[in-house]
Amino acid sequence: MQLPVSYSARAARSLGGPEWLAQRRLDGLDKFAASPPPVVDEDLWRYSRISELDLEQYVPSGTGATAGLRPRLEADAWPQSAALLEHVGERSGLAVVVDGALVSFELSAAASASGTVLGSVLDNPRGSEVLDQVTRLNSATGKEEHEPDVFDHLADAFLRDAVVLSVPARARVDHPIVIVHLLGSRGADEVAQAVSARTVIELGEAAEATVIEIFVSGDGALFVVPIVDIAVGDAALLSYNAIQQLGAGAWQLGHQRMRAGRDSRLRTFTASLGGEYARFRTESVLAGQGGSAELLAAYLGDGTQMHDFRTLQEHGAPRTKSDLVFKGAVGGTARSVYSGLIRMRHGAKGADAFQTNRNLVLSDGAHADSVPNLDIEENDVRCSHASAVGQIDREQRFYLESRGVPPAVAERLILLGFFEDLWVRIAAPGVRAHLAAAVAARLDGVTGGS
Amino acid sequence: MLKISGLHAGVDSRQILRGIDLEVRSGEIHAVMGPNGSGKSTLAHVLMGRPGYEVTSGSVTLDGVELLGLEPFARARAGLFLTFQYPIEVPGVPLASALTESLVAAGRITEAEAGALGARLSEEAAELGISPEILARPMNVDLSGGEAKRNETLQLAILRPRIAILDELDSGLDVDALGQVARRIERATREGDPPLGVIAITHYRRLLAELPAQRVHVLSEGRIVASGGPELAEELERTGYAAYREDAAAPGEAGLGDAGLGELGLGETFPGGL
Repeated sequence: MQLPVSYSARAARSLGGPEWLAQRRLDGLDKFAASPPPVVDEDLWRYSRISELDLEQYVPSGTGATAGLRPRLEADAWPQSAALLEHVGERSGLAVVVDGALVSFELSAAASASGTVLGSVLDNPRGSEVLDQVTRLNSATGKEEHEPDVFDHLADAFLRDAVVLSVPARARVDHPIVIVHLLGSRGADEVAQAVSARTVIELGEAAEATVIEIFVSGDGALFVVPIVDIAVGDAALLSYNAIQQLGAGAWQLGHQRMRAGRDSRLRTFTASLGGEYARFRTESVLAGQGGSAELLAAYLGDGTQMHDFRTLQEHGAPRTKSDLVFKGAVGGTARSVYSGLIRMRHGAKGADAFQTNRNLVLSDGAHADSVPNLDIEENDVRCSHASAVGQIDREQRFYLESRGVPPAVAERLILLGFFEDLWVRIAAPGVRAHLAAAVAARLDGVTGGS
Repeated sequence: MLKISGLHAGVDSRQILRGIDLEVRSGEIHAVMGPNGSGKSTLAHVLMGRPGYEVTSGSVTLDGVELLGLEPFARARAGLFLTFQYPIEVPGVPLASALTESLVAAGRITEAEAGALGARLSEEAAELGISPEILARPMNVDLSGGEAKRNETLQLAILRPRIAILDELDSGLDVDALGQVARRIERATREGDPPLGVIAITHYRRLLAELPAQRVHVLSEGRIVASGGPELAEELERTGYAAYREDAAAPGEAGLGDAGLGELGLGETFPGGL
C-alpha cells in the first residue's frame, strides 16, 4: 500500500523506546508498504467505506507536528469517561492512555498482591513476545494462522505503547480494571492524528478479571486503530467490555483478537456509539475443549455514521460453545454492516454456536446489511444463525400510542426496549447503567426528537 | 359523550362497517354484541385509529372533539381507551415506563411525581389480582390470556379515560378474573370524574352479568340492527343471532369478518396498508 509522506521510517524511528519496538515498527511499516490496498471487492471489506479513507490527512501520533504537544487531561474535557468511572464505582485498576501513549496507571493493593500486573509494554521484560503470543490466533489444529489485515501492520508501525494486563494463575481481581483512551486530545483545530491504541490482556489458568475499556475523542478528524489481544487461560473467566464513544470526526478500524483455553469463559460486550466510521473486527478462537464465548454488541448510528462489524466464532476444540448477539439501530442516513462467520474446525465435536444479528432501520435514508456465514468441517456440531433487518414495529407503536404515549416517545421506548435484552446480560458493574444513559441521551437525535 | 355518526370503514377497500350510529354518555355501559364477522372488533380498532383500517365516511366525537382525523395517541389523550382483545407484546418496555410517559406527556404528572406512580400501580394490581412479578415484566410479554386482560384493566384504572372500549374483555378469563376486572370497571363508571362511559364488545352475556349494561346493541354485517335494554342480551342467549342476519343465506360474508381477520394474521401485518 502506498505510504503517505508522513508515514516514513524516519517518523517511526522518532518514536523512540526499546530497540525491539523500533525494529517491530520498521517491520510493520515494511509489511504495510508490501500489502495490497484494501478494496471493497474483498469479503473483509465488502459494504465498508474503506475507499473513502485518506491517510494523507492524518499524521501518526507522536511524530512530526504532533510530537511534544501537551495533552489535556482534565476530567471535564472528557465527560463520557468521567461518567463511566462514576458508573463503575469501585475499581481494581485504572490506566489512562492519551493518543496511544500510556500516561498513568494504578492498581489496587489487593490486585498487586495477587501478582496481577498492569503497565506499559515499554518496560515489560518479555518485550515483543507479549505482543506476539496472543496476536497469533492459531486454532487448536494449528493448521492456519489468522491473517492480520493491512491496518494491523500500520498499527505496529506507529505503536507508541501498549497497556498490558497480566493476571496470574488462580488470581481473582475483585473489581473492574478500567482502561481509558483519550484520543485526538489536542482539539479540533489542531493537526489530525493517526493513533495506534493497543491493549494486551492475559489471564492465567483459573484466573478471573473484568476489564472495561472506553474510547473517547474530541469532535475533530481522527484516525484510530484500536487493537486488543486477549488470551484467556484454561478454566479462566474474563469479562471484557469495550465502549466506543468517539467524536463525530473519528474513523476507527478496530480489531479484537481473542483466544480462550480449556473450560474457560470469555464474555465480551462491545458498544459502538460514536465516530463517523467505526469498524470492529472481532475474532474469537475457542482453542481448548469446553471453552465458551459470549460475544455481545450494541450499536447506534445517526447522521452520516457507519458502524461496521466483522466477526469470527472459531471452534477448534470439542464441546466448545459460542453465543453471539449483535444488535443495532440506524437513523438519518446512517448505515451498518454486520458480517459474521462461524467456523467449526475438524475435531470440534459436540460444539455449539449461535449467532444473532438484529437491526432496526429508523428512517428511509438509513440502511443495514447483515451477512451470516458458516464454515463447517466437523459433522457433530450444532450451529444456528438468525439475522434480521426491520423497522420499528407499528403494532407496538400503535399499542403504546393507544395508552396516550406520543409517537416519538413510543419509538424511543421501543428502541430502548430493543436493547434491553442485551443490557441485562452485561456482567460488568456500571457498564449497563453507563450505556443505558448514553443511549437514552443519543436517542433524541436518532428518532428525530420528541 | 362519545358520539358515533354514520361510520363507514373497512380494510383493504373491503367495507366492514356500513353506517354505525351510537351515543355513549359518561357513566353509561353499552354492550355491543354480534356474531363472528359482524364488525365488532373492526369498530374497536377504527375508533382507536389502528393502522390499516380506513374510514370512508362518518364522524366520531368525544365531548365535541372530532377524533377521526387524530393520531391514536391524541385520541387517547382526548380520553378514549381500548382494552385490546390480544394485547401487543412490547419487548423491553416496562408497563410503568409507558404509563409514566403517557401521564407526563398529558401534563397530568411531572417527571418528579413519576415515582409515586409505583405505589398506585401496586395498589390497583393487588385489587385486580395481578402479581407484583408481572408488573416488572416488559409489557404483555409472556402473559397468559387472563393476565393480559387484567393488565389491560390495570392500565385503564391508572389512565382514567372518559370512554373505554372493551374488545372481548371476557375472552380468556376465568370466572374469578372476570369478576375482578368487571368490578373494577363498573366502579370506574360510578366513581370517575367524570364517570367512565363503556362500550363493551362481546359475544357472550356472561360479561354483562358482572358488568350490567343499560343498553344492548346487536351488530350484524356492519350495522346496528337492534338496540334494547338488558333483556335483549337474554333473548340473544336463547335464540342466537340468526334472526338478526340481513341475509342468512350469505355465509361467505361472515368469513371476511373479525374471525377471518384474526386468522389472516392481520394483528401483525396489514397487507395493502400504509
